[in-house]
Amino acid sequence: MYLIVSLAILVTMALALIRAVKGPSVYDRVLAVNMFGTKTALLLAVVAFLYGRPDFLDLALAYALINFVGVLAVLEFFQKRSARRTGEASNGPGA
Amino acid sequence: MALVLDILSWLLLSAGGFFVLSGGIGALRMPNFYTRMHAASLTDSAGSILILLGIILQAGWSLPTIKLAAILVFLLLTGPTATYALANAALLSGMRPEAAVRNNVAGDAPE
Repeated sequence: MYLIVSLAILVTMALALIRAVKGPSVYDRVLAVNMFGTKTALLLAVVAFLYGRPDFLDLALAYALINFVGVLAVLEFFQKRSARRTGEASNGPGA
Repeated sequence: MALVLDILSWLLLSAGGFFVLSGGIGALRMPNFYTRMHAASLTDSAGSILILLGIILQAGWSLPTIKLAAILVFLLLTGPTATYALANAALLSGMRPEAAVRNNVAGDAPE
């Protein structure tokens, strides 16, 4: 049973990777990477019980937190960059 | 009693696997950014809750249950926050939802 669920999560991670490579906009890629990170935490929790090693749960906890902070940092970066670009564009052409 | 718990946790795990898989397919196949975000948030909420509850039923009363509950709480707190920040950043960068563009609901005129 754990094996089937972990296979489903792995297929979903592969689909998220395809979306991250294909994604037309930056935000599609961030969405796919966020989904990939959440599924990593879920997959670690399932694999911990599949192999009978509950230590993996600590790794899943750490991945959930790191993924959240990483997505927020990337979003902040892109927001600042787009704001700076629109500011440069309004200052004059070719800036 | 143990058999009932096993069957219940199997049901929860397979339902969670189904939701995760359908959300992944939706995130790949949906036509537009906001609909893709809707599909991806399905895996964040329903998939995480069902799969982690299924594992919790298998773990019983032990330390792993507490860790799994902590993972569930963190995922439920951070998933919607990340989705909101993503939608906010996309909307601020000028990406309009299609219905709002068609009916001009979002306020300012589309470009």
